Amino acid sequence: MAHRAKQGHPGGDMSCADILATLYFAVLRFDPAEPQAPTRDRFVMSKGHCTGAFYSALAGAGYFPEADLETYLQPGSQLNGHPNRNYLPGVETNTGPLGHGLPVAVGMAVAGQIDQADYRVFALTGDGELQEGSMWEAAMFAGHRRLGNLTVIIDRNRLQQGASTEDTNSLEPLADKWAAFGWDVAEIDGHDADALYAALSAPRGADGKPLCIIAHTIKGRGVSFMENQAGWHHGTPSDAQLAQAFAELDAELAA
Amino acid sequence: MSAASPGKGFDCRNAYVETLEVLAAEDPRIVAVVNDSVGSSKLNKFRDQFPERLVNVGIAEQNMVGVGAGLANGGKVPFVSGASCFLTGRALEQIKADIAYSNVNVKLCGISSGVAYGELGATHHSIEDLAWLRAMKGLTVIVPADPWETAEAIRWAAAHDGPVFIRISRMAVPALARPEGARFTPGKAEILREGDDIAIIACGTLVHRALDAAEALAAEGISARVLNMATVAPIDREAIVAAAGTGAIVTAEEHVVRGGLGGAVAEVVVEERPVPMRVLGFPGFLETGSAEWLFERHGLTPTGIAAAARELLEKRG
Repeated sequence: MAHRAKQGHPGGDMSCADILATLYFAVLRFDPAEPQAPTRDRFVMSKGHCTGAFYSALAGAGYFPEADLETYLQPGSQLNGHPNRNYLPGVETNTGPLGHGLPVAVGMAVAGQIDQADYRVFALTGDGELQEGSMWEAAMFAGHRRLGNLTVIIDRNRLQQGASTEDTNSLEPLADKWAAFGWDVAEIDGHDADALYAALSAPRGADGKPLCIIAHTIKGRGVSFMENQAGWHHGTPSDAQLAQAFAELDAELAA
Repeated sequence: MSAASPGKGFDCRNAYVETLEVLAAEDPRIVAVVNDSVGSSKLNKFRDQFPERLVNVGIAEQNMVGVGAGLANGGKVPFVSGASCFLTGRALEQIKADIAYSNVNVKLCGISSGVAYGELGATHHSIEDLAWLRAMKGLTVIVPADPWETAEAIRWAAAHDGPVFIRISRMAVPALARPEGARFTPGKAEILREGDDIAIIACGTLVHRALDAAEALAAEGISARVLNMATVAPIDREAIVAAAGTGAIVTAEEHVVRGGLGGAVAEVVVEERPVPMRVLGFPGFLETGSAEWLFERHGLTPTGIAAAARELLEKRG
């Protein structure tokens, strides 16, 4: 998609692809034919720039035809650089600027708590995104309200746009921070489907602590020349690079 | 008259919360979201009546607005209330992305707007909010002028499916005289006084002052039309074009002179029917002083409005 559009955020798309796949194909309760059903689980893409992965998940889940993915970032497409709920079924809130998704997810969880509804709310954030103060406003309040219906997944690829998170404005000790804000914390391999499924699908108490899953990931996962390279935050693979990327991914699938 | 009697009149916050309590009793979807502002938003009784429907996020305006958007997603009708200076300034990007651009059913209530916190200084004045918010397409921006209009605006907002900002004053204002059966119509100016020589277009706390100015002008033989432009966005273009038909327009608002009601009126006037205008408001960051003192100092009084009208008519010749 990034190759065709000649822009995009492939590094972050690939670090969260396994998380999104697990959510949409094994965990989330939803019906693409009724995207506004009150009982649906909510998913908020707080790292709204990673639409390559998000739109692929939504298409795969049946919200719109996979052929639409070919229009990604093209003039007039509904698949613009950051998701828009007014165009695209399955998008719960418009994100893009960092630090917005978690507060909105907290509001959804409060609504569910007031109604004693049984839906769950999931938010996927980047790790660099945790440098935004609004994330901690939301984290503090979720802990205070004991939003047991809320799960945040941190795509911990350790790279932000320009450099590593730890060299820029360090996040560690990250698990301790979330625990101190009143959350249960789990640390897993964010590319291990079994670990993801176990962490995301375990039943949660309605009035217990919210859950923070720190998913350790690799930016640009699956393509040797992209992995752990901050330069692939943005980026467009050349024809040759695209061919190599597909070859490597196909080889991994076949293995 | 009313404008010369500071301290007398109504605090529109009361009309806001009393209406909200009545609506909440009828509609279980209504919730209030606050930033530790239960007292300053006068929501104590709401909290006592509906404890589970008062969501206090603490001193965290960005989260407050995001939580409002999430509550709307969960089927609630959130009234997000906080001091207008912090609600709009601190959470401006949340209002843009989470509320207006996402087009969600959230009601933002800017409390103690304008220069209500006079002596506390420019950090606590909210006199840029109309410029910021009316630039966001899809967000209806309402500035009620008295308790009746405040209550009507709240009722309309609760029934309307879409984002609304309501700017609620704490400065004492009189109840405006209205014909029997008057109704609040969003997006429509209210002609409170007919006149053909000049039009005065005002909103909020300036409306009753504009009426007093028109009374003073009438004594001099000047017939001034007075429009209450409660909905600043989307603006009533038709009423503005008709007002331009008088040949001159004065606008008056509790806001800086750039980008607020005056700017909105001017945009229509230059496109549709250019006539001389005077935009009355505050010049920028203000001196220390009570709200009433600031109004006096910057000519936002019946005397100041009448003087501006007179000068404009003289200039026009």
